[in-house]
Amino acid sequence: MLDLRLRQVSFSYSDGQVLHDIDLSVGAGEMVGLLGPNGSGKTTLLKLASGILKPGQGEIRLDGADLRLISRKSVARSVAVMPQQFHMPFAFNVGEMVMLGRTPFIRTLAGETDVDREVVNTALEMAGIIELKERRFDELSGGERQKVILAMTLAQQPGLLLLDEPTMHLDITHQVEILERVRSLNREQGITVIAAMHDLNLASLYFDRLVLLKEGRIVADGTPAEVITESMLYKVFAAPVRVEPHPVTGDPHVVIMPEGSANSRRDSPTS
Amino acid sequence: MASKPRRRRRLASVLLLLAGGLVLAFFLASAFGAVTISLPDICKMLLNKLAFFDFPDTWRVAEETILFQIRMPRVVGGALVGAALATAGVLFQGLLRNPMADPYIIGTSSGAALGATIAMVLPINMAFLGFGLVPLAAFAGALAAVFIVYNLARVGGKTPIVSMLLAGFVVSALLAAIISFMMAISDRLDLNIRSVYSFLMGHISVVGWSQIAVIAPLVIGGIIIARAFAHHLNAFSLGEEGAAYLGIEVERDKVLILAVGSLLTAAAVSIGGLIGFVGLVMPHAVRLILGPDHRLLLPASALAGAVFVVMADLLARVVLAPTEIPVGIITAVIGAPFFLYLLRRNRKEYAF
Repeated sequence: MLDLRLRQVSFSYSDGQVLHDIDLSVGAGEMVGLLGPNGSGKTTLLKLASGILKPGQGEIRLDGADLRLISRKSVARSVAVMPQQFHMPFAFNVGEMVMLGRTPFIRTLAGETDVDREVVNTALEMAGIIELKERRFDELSGGERQKVILAMTLAQQPGLLLLDEPTMHLDITHQVEILERVRSLNREQGITVIAAMHDLNLASLYFDRLVLLKEGRIVADGTPAEVITESMLYKVFAAPVRVEPHPVTGDPHVVIMPEGSANSRRDSPTS
Repeated sequence: MASKPRRRRRLASVLLLLAGGLVLAFFLASAFGAVTISLPDICKMLLNKLAFFDFPDTWRVAEETILFQIRMPRVVGGALVGAALATAGVLFQGLLRNPMADPYIIGTSSGAALGATIAMVLPINMAFLGFGLVPLAAFAGALAAVFIVYNLARVGGKTPIVSMLLAGFVVSALLAAIISFMMAISDRLDLNIRSVYSFLMGHISVVGWSQIAVIAPLVIGGIIIARAFAHHLNAFSLGEEGAAYLGIEVERDKVLILAVGSLLTAAAVSIGGLIGFVGLVMPHAVRLILGPDHRLLLPASALAGAVFVVMADLLARVVLAPTEIPVGIITAVIGAPFFLYLLRRNRKEYAF
């Protein structure tokens, strides 16, 4: 369980500013979804939170400590990141891949210990892939690979888990499975989760708190019901949508309106 | 968990097999050559070097001189060259995440070759630690080339892998052009083309133990440092970003791995010239047998590389005896078909 605070954080790549004056506090044990169009700064925000990018201005505190002053290794012992995609050029098997998550804990000459092996097995079980342990990573399906990467991050025993589009390129079965697992990790292990999400409906269903970014600024921050509204989505995405309650959970559900169909206003007549 | 002892045993048996192969290669390569020395005689001569033994001399004095002063330094030199090149190959393939990478990919080979060629032209006759000007210049040239490539590729505190590969390619091409130019005007420079050619094709030129005394600590030290960073190399196979998420100080480790790989390569080319295929093929072969874990890959590749070069150098000496053919021809003739075989057998390995 870790909390993360960004104060007045700005960041620019050499070709332009990506984030402006971000103030964001994520408390220990929260599960936060980052929403926003492509290029709105979600991935950059995650990279800043993981410490591999340094803010141009402002400061980021992890459990009260200035992230800039913590060594990479110490950060990796408490913050795990699941990037959008990994390309693995070598034929590691799943067990070896997940063992890579132990890297920040393994001492240079001692090698892996029984503790490390136990943590790896637990991580494989939590990700639901213990039976894949001896399989080669590069022969797995996209959904299975994503679960291996999840297991690898769990092997880091993180207090904060950062996920960049964890459901991208996955079929709906795997989308749901990954998010279910992440949510139960959040609820049962108390792992703080921040995830960049593209799919508004999945975000609405699985996250307690959503942060909406537009052009590098936070434009909304609150519960799904507060953030996923027709006017807010129109403002940020400029796409006509309707928001209706999910038939079962009641969470806001976004219905996309193709051009030419009835517009997004709730009171407009539908066929 | 069950897989742990099984893998340990497999690893132990592969390492033992390779070590046994190296011992065998050592004796074979010591026995054969222009003069054949019998294996029992070699054993007796070696044992006589220890204080407790005193076998009667059943051999000629010349044989003892050949064995200890000419052949053994060369065999040990070959083993060091092979171990260094194979280790450097593992380091560069792991760091660059590129299966086509070899110890020469970032300019070491052309830097060494240019250094050696310039040394052949210079009218200087010097020796340092038992080395003539040519190996010293080759060593310095290899390191200088990497230094240039690294700095060319460096932008804003970072050295992206792709820039480094491109810079390596361009610098190599430029240096190769200079070598070709020097060879083209060899008459004016008084340059012996055969010497250049011999360097380019690879030739173990160890002239005594004094060179081994310098090269051996470099190579063995390099392999030990490489092995200490093996688990970092494993993390690097996820890419630089992935490695950073696992707590690796990417730029620092990159410099360290590059430095160790380049030193190993420079040490190898200074006494062996540009022996090809060892650094490319040996890591692949071992990876197919033991898997990609660098903690096993590094020591096993070093041993395999040593066996390969010792045997190739033996063939180079005896195939057309008394004419010696460049050892690089042997490593290519064996290495290229072997590499193709590995690729075909394991096409999936490098599929994207």
